[in-house]
Amino acid sequence: MRVLVCVKRVPFTGGKMVLAPDSMALETRHLGFTISPHEECGVEAAVRLVEVNTGESVVLTLGPPEAIEQLRDAMALGIDRAIHLQTESAEWDPEATAAAIVDAIGADEAASGPFDLIFFGNESADSGGYQVGLLVARALGRPAVTGLKGVKVEGGSVRCEQEADGGRDVYVVPMPAVLTVKEGLNLPRYPSVPGRMRAGRKPVATSAPTQAPARLEMVRLVVPPGQGRRAEVLGSGASAAPAVVEMMRKIGVA
Amino acid sequence: MSNLPAHARAVVIGCGIVGNSVAYHLCRLGWRDVVLLDKGPLPNPGGSTGHASNFIYLVDHSKEMTALTVESVNQYKEMGVFTQSGGIEVARTKERMHELTRRMSSAASWGIEPVSLITPAKVKDLVPFIDESIILGGFYTPGVGVVDSLRAGTIMRERAEASGALQVVAKTEVVAIDVERGRVRCVRTTAGEIEADTVVITCGVWSPRVARMAGARIPLTPAVHQMIDVGPVPRFAGAKGDIEVPIVRDMDTNMYERQAGGDLEIGSYAHRPILYDPEDIPPIERAALSPTEFPFTQPDFEVQMQHALELMPEIVGDEKVGVKYAINGILSLTSDGMPVLGESPDVRGLWSAAAVWVKEGPGTGKALAEWMVHGESEIDLHSSDIARFHEHQRTRAHVRARAAEGFNKTYGIVHPSEQWASNRNVRLAPFHDRERELGATFFEAAGWERPMWYESNGPLLDEFGDRVTRRTAEWESRWWSPIINAEHLAMRERAGLFDLSAFTIFDIQGPGALGAVQEVTLRQMDVPAGRNVYTPVLSHNGGFKSDLTVMRLGDEHFRVVTGGAAGMSDKKWFADHLPADGSAQLFDLTTAMTTVGLWGPRARDILMSATSDDVSDEGFKFGACRTIDIGTVRVLASRISYVGDLGWELYVSIDQGLKLWDMLWEAGRPFGLAACGIGVYGTTGRLEKCYRAHGNELETEYNVVEAGMQAPRVKAEDFVGKEAHLRHREEEPAAVLCTLTVDDHKSKSGEKRYMLGREPVLTRNGAAITDRHGRRSYVTSAGAGPSVGKHILMSYLPPEQAVLGTKLAVQYMGERYPVTVAVVGSTPLFDPENTRIRS
Repeated sequence: MRVLVCVKRVPFTGGKMVLAPDSMALETRHLGFTISPHEECGVEAAVRLVEVNTGESVVLTLGPPEAIEQLRDAMALGIDRAIHLQTESAEWDPEATAAAIVDAIGADEAASGPFDLIFFGNESADSGGYQVGLLVARALGRPAVTGLKGVKVEGGSVRCEQEADGGRDVYVVPMPAVLTVKEGLNLPRYPSVPGRMRAGRKPVATSAPTQAPARLEMVRLVVPPGQGRRAEVLGSGASAAPAVVEMMRKIGVA
Repeated sequence: MSNLPAHARAVVIGCGIVGNSVAYHLCRLGWRDVVLLDKGPLPNPGGSTGHASNFIYLVDHSKEMTALTVESVNQYKEMGVFTQSGGIEVARTKERMHELTRRMSSAASWGIEPVSLITPAKVKDLVPFIDESIILGGFYTPGVGVVDSLRAGTIMRERAEASGALQVVAKTEVVAIDVERGRVRCVRTTAGEIEADTVVITCGVWSPRVARMAGARIPLTPAVHQMIDVGPVPRFAGAKGDIEVPIVRDMDTNMYERQAGGDLEIGSYAHRPILYDPEDIPPIERAALSPTEFPFTQPDFEVQMQHALELMPEIVGDEKVGVKYAINGILSLTSDGMPVLGESPDVRGLWSAAAVWVKEGPGTGKALAEWMVHGESEIDLHSSDIARFHEHQRTRAHVRARAAEGFNKTYGIVHPSEQWASNRNVRLAPFHDRERELGATFFEAAGWERPMWYESNGPLLDEFGDRVTRRTAEWESRWWSPIINAEHLAMRERAGLFDLSAFTIFDIQGPGALGAVQEVTLRQMDVPAGRNVYTPVLSHNGGFKSDLTVMRLGDEHFRVVTGGAAGMSDKKWFADHLPADGSAQLFDLTTAMTTVGLWGPRARDILMSATSDDVSDEGFKFGACRTIDIGTVRVLASRISYVGDLGWELYVSIDQGLKLWDMLWEAGRPFGLAACGIGVYGTTGRLEKCYRAHGNELETEYNVVEAGMQAPRVKAEDFVGKEAHLRHREEEPAAVLCTLTVDDHKSKSGEKRYMLGREPVLTRNGAAITDRHGRRSYVTSAGAGPSVGKHILMSYLPPEQAVLGTKLAVQYMGERYPVTVAVVGSTPLFDPENTRIRS
């Protein structure tokens, strides 16, 4: 079985977000980088599927040279190899991104055969366009199911579960298919030290994709109000009780 | 949240382990109205304490650091936050095993017990998941443990609050510190102002930034220490506490591994130095984790994973054990590896307790509080004094260069004489080129490049033959040359020319000058102009703050000459004791003057041939100083000696230093003058004369009587430490400084070994020697005595052992060597009557 998982390097924003002076990007000076929790679940799903069914798992990203870190992270978790579509400009719109990914998938499949499953996060952690997975599926002419919290391969099909009010919607689609998944799909593992060490030796195919003209233009970013609030420790033990009571009164629950 | 008071006795900025400790101890010592501030929330405001690994190893080669650490452990234990786990420093190499025997010596010198060298099998017994096949042994300290530093901070804070002496204000940032006439006046915060004439900066990695608000400098750099946490470890599944297995320091790879509950924490000092500026640390609200937990940089940890895997394959190699947490933790580094403590030399009332790690936090807090309240601390802090830095040592570039160089030596095998490689050639004597031409090997002192010996003196080795002891062991040959001993003999037989440029020199002038120098010196300063006086400088408790020479150049004019290492601290000490009315002023002449030393039996002949002034014994008595002409150069000559031979220190303005050197060199030619390095001045010449050195024999922990330096009478004038000194003269000293010689150098292998200093002095049976104050006897200085044909050691010994001829032993590199007490007190080993000096 061949599984591809597509990930995006995004800033790790645990604190208050601050924009660069031109409001066109996040100020990332103090930030580390990661992939979204959705994509982490996609990576985990890909690793597990290949562990069970044998075959090959591949991670793909379109991003700056530094995105190699995210590819290594995925390979540390068990992904076999990586495809790095290395970019220079900061942001690619979803259509350009999808087009480059489709090209890369085509090239890889021409050499190694079709991917049975292609995972995306339901949406990226930064721009949140919800587009790329679907655009890729459409271009490849494969079925796509989005927002998944359950994925199970059953013979030549894949059983997909979405959370719905009061239950789950279930779709069974034939493979090859494109799936966009959500946090909660599984509990991603931590990388082991041997896994980390192996990751450094796994192959990464790097290429420079051509960027299609953007049809989606970023005007500027705005940080939503209330973002970056932090928990406050009111105290510990019995002595904290008065502060808790005072707080409950203040917010009107007591 | 409490409101800010309008006034405070002291404002302590920073609620990490250090700030909490300082605030607590200030209150314990009786200060009230103390305010403790932090911009972050409590109990973890986001500094380095919050991500510290929190383990404490006890043994360090530095006495000062060990003392601070031991005191800290005692406090952590008293607070109930110390979990003893034991710790093992393992060796992968033979060199490291030798180093571990040195650690055994340091442990014995500083009284850390029990400790032992253990076999790989024993290491395996204690740490079952280690691969003992890759190690040669370990240094086991059962007293090593882990603390809850955040809890300790909370306990101290709450105790002080409960006493009513402390007010804690969190989430309040200092935005400015007002200084008026050189003194702190007011702290401005986001919540208002507090008037205070005493402010303590305990802001860890932010300290330089906060100090700058007051126009002061705290020279440290934030740096990365990488840590990862792997788990869950099956073996630790049932762990009841944080730690149940000894912590392992994998010394040769600059790493450590410790159990942390169900996980294993792996830390490293092996990666490339990654330095930041305080401005690089994000504000709390923008930090993903805490401000001092930076994103982990995996590429810097690749080799370390391999090393950890080698040592602990069972855990680290387990595919099911994951890396759960990985950070680039930010901590503070300094240019010399020691903390930055004390009152800033820039601003009165502005104190620093920075570059302090968790292991020495509470001890440092106590020591600093004692210093603030009583004027000095029980533990001698001279190596940590913020005033110790010379100007260039306070620059960002210097701090970064040295911190980067020192970082990878965190667990290094560092020779006691090891020289820094970075930022050299900062301060050059005017005759530096001449020295270079003579093949000088330069050692650094306070940034000055000082010749330690000259290769051009190689032929002297043949001349003196067997009188020059050779060393075959690599360790003692490192940073050393037998030429030092040959230069020594050349000086003793003929004469030696010394570069003394590293002296710190400052003048005290004005109507109040005499009173000012009297106040800080033990000896009588009211001498006729034209006299030099060597004097101890005492701490309030009568210990040695310093020792130095004062020349009286006029009724209202004194010139103080002191060593480079202590120079800046001494300068602050004198400046702090100047009369408040401004009737005396201090002028730093260090970079205006240079000094050349000329000593040896032919020194007078040489000087006479270079000057027409009277330098005969009658015309220029020992202890005199006055200006003479040497050719066209006006030179302040001072007849004094630190090497035990006839001669002078010659002070000249720096522009004419080279001219002076050249004239003396030329004049000395017919008399066999040799250029001599500091190896002779600081070690061989000094030790043969049993002259004491600051930082070795002379520390605040020892008094004048113990050092054997009491004069028959005490001057009538008041001076700092007088009361204590008078008391010391009345009591039986707890220890007496003795000079010992080594009876037999032969090790078990047959190779002769030579101690380098700081080794424990034991009875012949190997028992430790402790005086009634609990101080261990150890070698304060060690070196060759070429003229007496012995290797010379100095040590404080309790009265029972301080008896001529007492047979003792010194533990060096894992073996004991017999030594004998050769001198009790300060009588010189060489030329005990001082006829040479006075000839």
